Amino acid sequence: MSMSGVRLLPKLIGASLRAQTQYPTSAIARTIGQFFGNGIEILAVWALFDRFGAVRGWEFGEVAVFYGFVHVMFAIADALSRGFDVLGTDLLRTGEFDRLLLRPRTLTLQLIGHEFRISRAGRLAQGLAVLFIGAQLVGLEWTAATIALALWAIAGGVALFFALLVLQGTLSFWTIQSLEVANVLTYGGVQAAQFPLSLYNDWLRGVLTFVIPLACVAYFPVVSILGHPDPLGSPAWFAPVAPVAGFVVLGLAFVAWRFGVRHYTSTGS
Amino acid sequence: MSAPAATHAYIALFVSRFQLMLQYRGAVLAGFATQCWWGAIKVMILAAFYGAPAAAASAPITLSQAITYSWVGQGLLTLLPWMADPDIATAVRTGAVSYDRLRPLDFYALWFARAAGWIAARVVPRALLMAAFACLLLPLLGLAAWAWQPPSAVMAALLFAVSVVLALLLSTAMVMLLNIGVAALLDAAGLNALAAPLVIIFSGSLLPLSLLPDWMQVALLLQPFAGLLDIPLRLYFGQLSGPLAFAGLGLQAFWITVLVLTGRYWLARVLRRLEMQGG
Repeated sequence: MSMSGVRLLPKLIGASLRAQTQYPTSAIARTIGQFFGNGIEILAVWALFDRFGAVRGWEFGEVAVFYGFVHVMFAIADALSRGFDVLGTDLLRTGEFDRLLLRPRTLTLQLIGHEFRISRAGRLAQGLAVLFIGAQLVGLEWTAATIALALWAIAGGVALFFALLVLQGTLSFWTIQSLEVANVLTYGGVQAAQFPLSLYNDWLRGVLTFVIPLACVAYFPVVSILGHPDPLGSPAWFAPVAPVAGFVVLGLAFVAWRFGVRHYTSTGS
Repeated sequence: MSAPAATHAYIALFVSRFQLMLQYRGAVLAGFATQCWWGAIKVMILAAFYGAPAAAASAPITLSQAITYSWVGQGLLTLLPWMADPDIATAVRTGAVSYDRLRPLDFYALWFARAAGWIAARVVPRALLMAAFACLLLPLLGLAAWAWQPPSAVMAALLFAVSVVLALLLSTAMVMLLNIGVAALLDAAGLNALAAPLVIIFSGSLLPLSLLPDWMQVALLLQPFAGLLDIPLRLYFGQLSGPLAFAGLGLQAFWITVLVLTGRYWLARVLRRLEMQGG
């Protein structure tokens, strides 16, 4: 079962990619749109720095690194989670979900492979580009330790965003539609994590640390990578520990997910 | 069909689409929650940047105006031409567009009236909710410094109202170009993905246009997307007043005319070689 699962995922992803390349103009337009659509926001960040100068001790290059990290995390998680994102609208409402349940293959893998979106490469590319430009601007020295911390933080971030999309999918077992309000957590989370946590008011910092622990994957480790003293005074040992929060939330999300699947009764006729 | 009867038909199309879209109350509440969150983040970021006294003193708009701009921008978010009318994309893909071709109405005006109804129905409830939240509730909670401030004068309010109606027409003319693009390419998602970045930055939705670098200002004011949000807000703040106010409205009218004429010309060409899909 597990071996077949490992072989199944590349096949599902391959099939999904082939389907999207049947409309090459559209696939290219979407990828470019993802690149510029998300990339254009960094222009607003740049414009604010151009007009106002440094903000509470942060300079443009540093904010670009925060921005790059969160976009890389979300791009990967978003590409993997389309099946959960559209679960309510495309799968539950239509009864299509029953077919997935009948197949003798892991449900989660089928949903990951449901529609692996090539266009997310556009968001990933712009996130990486902004991250490296930011790192250049602040003269960041990449060492084995900072690279390891960066990859670990990204893994935690992907886990966290994936968890949020699994929770959104879980909710749709009850609502039978895909809830737009979940975008507050995903897209809204990306929006919030583009800037250092220390710029926000206390209540928002609390939400982003303890409720949706985005700060644990996209703020504390990044502060450490930048070598910038944390205005919030987090201790040095916390940076490499914090990304675990992403995996904790992922674990909780799958507990909720299993409960949702057990609760599921078909809408089909 | 006589002219008054045709006008009546277009108004009926507008009203029926408006009423249909008002049924989606869940979507309105979800959108409203998202926009409050977005607005709150924007406001905090702006306040952080305005925290440096020297830079804040030389900024072209005050922090209070930038905050008001952000809330109004969130309230009017669905006024912007984010995407082609989804019903038209479906009609083109399924071949249902052939019924529209048979109606004794001007085809461009038919789609225009429907798209305008679609946009208006999405924006009106959200704008009212946002006004209730940011204009009334925030001051009551003691957060007056973070609130949506009233317009600078009665005249400014009137000019703003006229300008928002022009913004609706301008946005519809842009949505029409997307609709025609969908009819030509049979794909909505790709076009929408390309349109959104232009709209978000050049309308002022991302950041008030006057906060962008000074050397860009003339070009930013003259480009067509400014009429969607930035010009209405410049009128609201009284930044454009007297003859300049009419220049602002005139600019919106100019772009509506250009885009409608372009759309009509392009639609005629596309319809000549449109293949009906479906069986």
